[in-house]
Amino acid sequence: MQVPPQFEYERATSIEQALELLARLGPEARLLAGGHSLLPMMKLRLAAPEHLIDIDPLADELGYVREQDGELRIGAMTRHRELLDSELLRRRAAIFADAERVIADPVVRNRGTIGGALCQADPAEDLSAVCAAVGARVVIRGRDGERVVVMPEFHRGPYETAVGEAEMVTEVRIPLSPGFGSAYEKVERRVGDWAVAAAGASVRMDDGEIARAGIALAAVGAGVTSAEAEAALAGRRPSEEAFAEAARLAVEHCSPVDDQRGSAEYKRHVAGELTRRALRRATARALREEG
Amino acid sequence: MQVTVSVNGEERAREIEPRLLLVHFLRDVLGLTGTHWGCDTSNCGTCVVLMDGRPVKSCTVLAASAAGHEITTVEGLERDGVLDPVQQGFHEEHGLQCGFCTPGMMLTARALLDENPNPSEAEIREAISGQICRCTGYATIVRSIRWAAEHPAAAGAAAETAGEAAP
Repeated sequence: MQVPPQFEYERATSIEQALELLARLGPEARLLAGGHSLLPMMKLRLAAPEHLIDIDPLADELGYVREQDGELRIGAMTRHRELLDSELLRRRAAIFADAERVIADPVVRNRGTIGGALCQADPAEDLSAVCAAVGARVVIRGRDGERVVVMPEFHRGPYETAVGEAEMVTEVRIPLSPGFGSAYEKVERRVGDWAVAAAGASVRMDDGEIARAGIALAAVGAGVTSAEAEAALAGRRPSEEAFAEAARLAVEHCSPVDDQRGSAEYKRHVAGELTRRALRRATARALREEG
Repeated sequence: MQVTVSVNGEERAREIEPRLLLVHFLRDVLGLTGTHWGCDTSNCGTCVVLMDGRPVKSCTVLAASAAGHEITTVEGLERDGVLDPVQQGFHEEHGLQCGFCTPGMMLTARALLDENPNPSEAEIREAISGQICRCTGYATIVRSIRWAAEHPAAAGAAAETAGEAAP
């Protein structure tokens, strides 16, 4: 029988109250959003916070997907299910639907949240790569106000983010522009499993050229974005050669490990192929004006 | 801590440990053992209950988090002695073998049909893809859910079945 270790339970009914509790209870307190990462970690004793602050009551306030000021804005408590069902996301950033279709299973998606996934920062987690690939910025709120950080600054490495002790993520913002397209490609051993390797890509097309590319790999020990690969595409016309070059650079800068999901060599191969596929599909969508 | 959870339309207040999981609250505290307890790792889905009408894995929800939500367990499917069409469907199409996954499967089916009264086979398979039938009896589970879709009125369905069975 797996049960979480003991903790003191608090329930926050407002963002302000959650922040006050975090400040008062100190570094051994954690926010509980959908619970589908934190509770399994606690059952395995990989996490043992002394206090849990349940923010389930914030699900309505922080559960939304909307377009505002040229950006997509996604509330931190938006559940995977809502991300998958969102017509707006499907139209403007199809990468989310690509990824959500293959994140866990429909029942898990009814509870898990985007904020929880990003803050967990699991190295094989899909939404961190999705958000990095589309150049998302993350809104972090503290008692003294909020700051907005880009994904490379937010995601510091496995299980580590820029969120400070008395802070919480409230929103994710994705810049929109004409000629934007995005896609996600993932290989898993069985439906609903973590990725063997996955790649997210976005492109902004301008006059037939790739004005800006975003590339992010998951589960292969890559940086949160593949900056060298992105730079290699800027200003080029989309072509199989350009995509292959970007994929080669992305793979060069990742460091997968041998494990039960495959050998490092196999994962590199898959990551490269998925990068090419994601770029192809993102470009096709951009030319159809996803954005 | 004190928690009040609405289960099958009834407010249930109990003193619990904060770390108590919803599945154990239902089974051990309330005695509603229709909700099964399986893998404990949010993989197998035998512990599925409805939370505000949506299927969730109750091994990965704190009982404390269920406060303020409406929980429906398999015990809540039957109404006034009349089986839910989903239950009737599992009976008609032999949707169970060992029965371990059945409560979770039926609740997910109920939620699916509430949103999509006429799901395709592919939609049914997608809906139950987070739940494992240890007997691999998926074909009959899918047929059972289709039966329920085709017989949306439980009472009528039961009467019709009785009529068919009569010589």
